[in-house]
Amino acid sequence: MEERPARTRTTRTAGGLVSTAWRVSVDPHRCIGSGICAGIAPGHFRLVDGLSTPPAETVDPADPVVDAAESCPVEAILVRDAADQRLIAPES
Amino acid sequence: MTDSQQVTARPYPFAAPDRLNLDPHYARLRRDEPLIRVQLPFGEEAWLATRYEDVRVVLGDARFSRAAGVGRDQPRTMPRQPDLGMLGMDPPDHTRLRRLVAKAFTARRVELLRTRAQEIADGLVDEMVEAGPPADLVERFATPLPIQVICELLGVPFADRDSFHRWSEAIVSTTSLSPQQVQEYLESLWGYIGELVAIRRREPIDDLLGAMVRARDENEDRLTEQELVQLAAGLLAAGHETTVTQIPNFVYVLLENPSELARLRSDPALIPSAVEELMRYVPLGAASAFPRYATEDIELGGVLVRAGEPVLPAVGSANRDATVFTDPDRLDLGRETNPHVGFGHGVHHCLGAQLARMELQVAIGTLVGRLPGLRLAVPEPEVPWKSGLLVRGPLALPVAW
Repeated sequence: MEERPARTRTTRTAGGLVSTAWRVSVDPHRCIGSGICAGIAPGHFRLVDGLSTPPAETVDPADPVVDAAESCPVEAILVRDAADQRLIAPES
Repeated sequence: MTDSQQVTARPYPFAAPDRLNLDPHYARLRRDEPLIRVQLPFGEEAWLATRYEDVRVVLGDARFSRAAGVGRDQPRTMPRQPDLGMLGMDPPDHTRLRRLVAKAFTARRVELLRTRAQEIADGLVDEMVEAGPPADLVERFATPLPIQVICELLGVPFADRDSFHRWSEAIVSTTSLSPQQVQEYLESLWGYIGELVAIRRREPIDDLLGAMVRARDENEDRLTEQELVQLAAGLLAAGHETTVTQIPNFVYVLLENPSELARLRSDPALIPSAVEELMRYVPLGAASAFPRYATEDIELGGVLVRAGEPVLPAVGSANRDATVFTDPDRLDLGRETNPHVGFGHGVHHCLGAQLARMELQVAIGTLVGRLPGLRLAVPEPEVPWKSGLLVRGPLALPVAW
């Protein structure tokens, strides 16, 4: 399934900063392997031995990555700006 | 490779549900024929996937779609084709709705409700103890606990439970209600939620329903009014029908496995793993449901599933797959590796899974801890079972202690 490119998320930054790259991490101790992230953003998350693993740690900003982080039932996914570590998702 | 043109469909379900026993056909199918063609009472022919690995692909792989089934004569056990809301959608549409409510059901948020759930559970056991045995566990404990929790979370008056609990059957009914009754109950439920929405438009209330109303009113692109009402009705109905049924199912299985129950009594630290094991062991679904449609040709379980063909995931069978679970037909409350699919898998993984886990832990922990002599108050064959629903469970569970 085609993922949509980022529509609005690049503007979701304080002080008008625009992210050019994000860093994605999954906490393996929290992950329950629900497969929600891999279903929402198959290019950015896949299950390895039952746990979500991002194939690439640094990614171009894209809506499905934020959708996946916001939809994780155990908040195991963190998305940060690759340059200054600002938290992009999930919202607290 | 075998495809749908080369095999004859078999009638499915193979037999009427027998208590909580998994139909023995599944074990043979997992071994010899992991994908077969089936014909359900209603709708078109389908593939049925029975192995864990294949079921996870059907549930988790984006090439298998729920949205592609809209407008199709979906394989099903009920006469009507239900409008399933979120469960009939794929990302990103599905994600748009799910994100609006997902935050309220995270492990962190649910943990904040545990103390209150414990208080409710203790109060219900107090009342049972005061009245004395016997008691119907379904009516006195398993029904009011999840209903009160979802009421407080969503913002629905608990006092209205008799009405909305009756209407909620429409969401899980296959043949227990006539199609006219289903429609009538659904409209009653939607009308009721519509009134609660209107109250929140007059004066904002800080509950989940209030937050959903604000989300729509701030940005109408997020969800339509109909989506708002149906989503809230779905949360209320699905949010309790399943747990109301699983609590007595778990108690029944524990009472039928006295050595495991004794083990749990002597080691309450096993409660979390016991709940996971019971989620694996109990086939809650009366039959496989909610087919996924292949969006391209996909090789699965040794057959070729053609683009446009539906596949039913046999979740209860996947949970008994010996390639994943050692000694799968044995109830082992201390099972360490337990990646069961009792809450589903993939984008439709149960929204309320963390809430259900917490409620089930509280329910089982309270009953086992406070009623040490818990036992059936009637001979086992006299336990009455629900029928004509998507889920299976005791209609009543008379217990003594």
